Amino acid sequence: MTMKTLATAALAGLLASGPALAELVIPDLSYRTGPYGANGTPFSDGYQDYFALLNARDGGIGGETIRINECETAYNTEKGVECYEATKGDAPLVYQPLSTGITYQLIPKVAADQIPMHTLGYGRTSAAAGETFPWVFNYPATYWDAASVAVNYLLSENGDDLSGKTIALIYHNSAYGKEPIRTLEELSEKHGFTLTQLPVDPPGQEQKSQWLQIRRDRPDYVIMWGWGVQNQVAIQEAANVGYPMDQFIGNWWAGAEPDVMAAGMAADGYKSLNMNRIQNYPVLDEIRAQVIDAGNGAGDGSNVGTVLYIRGMYTAMLAAEAIAKAQELAGSPQITAAQMRDGMEALEITNARMAELGMEGIGPEFTVSCENHSGSGEGLVQQWNAAEQVWVPLTDFIAPDKSVIDPLIAEDAAAYAAENGITPGCL
Amino acid sequence: MSADFLYMIEVVINGLMAGVLYALVALGFVLIYKASGIFNYAQGVMALFGALTLVGIMEGQVPFAHIINATFGTDLHQFGWTVPALLAILLTVGVMILLAWMVHTFVFRHLVGQEPIILFMATIGLAYFLEGIGDLMWGSDIKTLDVGIPQGGSLWVENLSSGLGGEDFYGFFIDKLDITASVVAILLVAGLIAFAQYTKQGRAMRAVADDHQAALSVGISLNFIWVLVWSLAGMVALVAGIMWGAKSGVQFSLSLIALKALPVLMLGGFTSIPGAIVGGLIIGVGEKLFEYTIGPMIGGATENWFAYVLALLFLVFRPQGLFGERIIERV
Repeated sequence: MTMKTLATAALAGLLASGPALAELVIPDLSYRTGPYGANGTPFSDGYQDYFALLNARDGGIGGETIRINECETAYNTEKGVECYEATKGDAPLVYQPLSTGITYQLIPKVAADQIPMHTLGYGRTSAAAGETFPWVFNYPATYWDAASVAVNYLLSENGDDLSGKTIALIYHNSAYGKEPIRTLEELSEKHGFTLTQLPVDPPGQEQKSQWLQIRRDRPDYVIMWGWGVQNQVAIQEAANVGYPMDQFIGNWWAGAEPDVMAAGMAADGYKSLNMNRIQNYPVLDEIRAQVIDAGNGAGDGSNVGTVLYIRGMYTAMLAAEAIAKAQELAGSPQITAAQMRDGMEALEITNARMAELGMEGIGPEFTVSCENHSGSGEGLVQQWNAAEQVWVPLTDFIAPDKSVIDPLIAEDAAAYAAENGITPGCL
Repeated sequence: MSADFLYMIEVVINGLMAGVLYALVALGFVLIYKASGIFNYAQGVMALFGALTLVGIMEGQVPFAHIINATFGTDLHQFGWTVPALLAILLTVGVMILLAWMVHTFVFRHLVGQEPIILFMATIGLAYFLEGIGDLMWGSDIKTLDVGIPQGGSLWVENLSSGLGGEDFYGFFIDKLDITASVVAILLVAGLIAFAQYTKQGRAMRAVADDHQAALSVGISLNFIWVLVWSLAGMVALVAGIMWGAKSGVQFSLSLIALKALPVLMLGGFTSIPGAIVGGLIIGVGEKLFEYTIGPMIGGATENWFAYVLALLFLVFRPQGLFGERIIERV
């Protein structure tokens, strides 16, 4: 074999195995199939369509086109890890697995591989401690923020006094569903309400026992940490047992159109948290015109404007802003995963910037730092209007009780650091 | 009577109702297993497919719209009409019969004489195929199913019983959907028994279930009987899909209700229709009572695993299930 042949083969090998240059690679660990496909599909459509808009309208970010590398997880933790392993060689900039179970498995992996992971409003709450979890970001809010926002909302509804009240937590019996328990226990001690816990085995098709218990105990409020079919069945069962919908509050993963549509008018008045205000943003019109109508949408366009679509789009916007920041810090449009991490840690989202992007008021203003990877933690409360089939925001963004959450985060992060031999510090 | 005792009775009643719904799913398994020895892993997906088809027909949805639009550049989604629930159910039954014919003609007719494990594997393939084709035909979004079945607690029962236990007792809660499901299940079982006892095809079906070779020798067409059995299982699946789909919307999770039928089958036996009913009731009451009484002490969410524990306990004493056939193989 001649040197020329060897050199050609080596070059061909390099081209075949390595990522194409001058591309920003974003993996999308999506789930369009399985029991949670109805939730995963609109989120993934929103996530991909926003990047497609940037490619179509701006030629990408900083002149570099974005390439999506989609991998189906079916919301299955093992498949999620497989997807991560299958895509991490493609020079990805940031992962967002949309699953707390997958997140927990990937936390040590992304740290070892030095690829940032964004878990927007889900995943491990104590990853907010950036000195212990330098590769994981959960801005703009965490589960513990959500629990606190819900309690703060109930405080505002009850003259700042919840003493003597009973709050039932009905939750997905998984890592995800168990996340808020610690915070709610602390908050129940602080505010004097009684917390009862009702786990539901996933997927949650059968919840009769839990709702008979709620009917018998008549808690003042029910907070739900549900996902997928659990939400639809819970809302229907609540209506069946006559539980008042305006005293039933889901977290931000239990407050989308698929959750309430199946119950029809019975779901009217159901409340949920949201980290995004739902309205017809100008950017959605741009997506319709430049992505969907051009035949480049991730879906058929029917999900545009729905809660989970907007959240997917918002997640993509935060990633795009972090890429732009990373390019600015690196002084080059071509960035590595490590530089992306730096961009995420220097991210600042302002009202002016959101307005400039055609999504004014979509989320809270926040900044990210080495010490705080979770942002402001704010969330709003929305209510389902079944007649109009729209979510109506009831409040502006509500701040969580950081005096309760921050010590819990510090404690949990310290325990994780001790278990894993991590010396906390900024990179 | 104390309120606690009355609430326990309420749990038992609701357990019985839930058991009927489990039995509805288990019934489809029993029909096919009894007649052909096939454990139909796809029974849950057939419930999903039946419910998806029903909603699609009722709403005048164009099947395979995504593929048609992507191929021909059209924008078809709806035919522009809606179909009344009863007519849509009849049309869906027709689709389920067509499906039964296709399953037999294209899959199981070619596997006659194969080991049971091969047939079981084929049903796993069928389940995945139906999941995919259901999504392709009707989309994967959650659909609302409204065939006019009332839902919510029966106020009549609640008011009638509210005086039984003092101020702490609010009356019995019984979901009207569960009452409807129970009535439908009773009618379905009565209809199946009458069909099997008093019709020529029903007797032929029983003959095939007893002995394939003997049935063949007296001129019974095995092909016809197997299509018939798969059609009946499809109809039972459709009924189960309607009842469960009315509660949660029609979505992928409907296919997982098959998991609820497995402990019922283990307990009641794979070959007995009364076994499916009694097994369903025992599992329904058992899991609900356990969750109500013991669940809070051990962290709750016991229903899924307790059903299997209960079934395993029965199996220790009756390996063939309560009503199953005792099979002794000598080696």
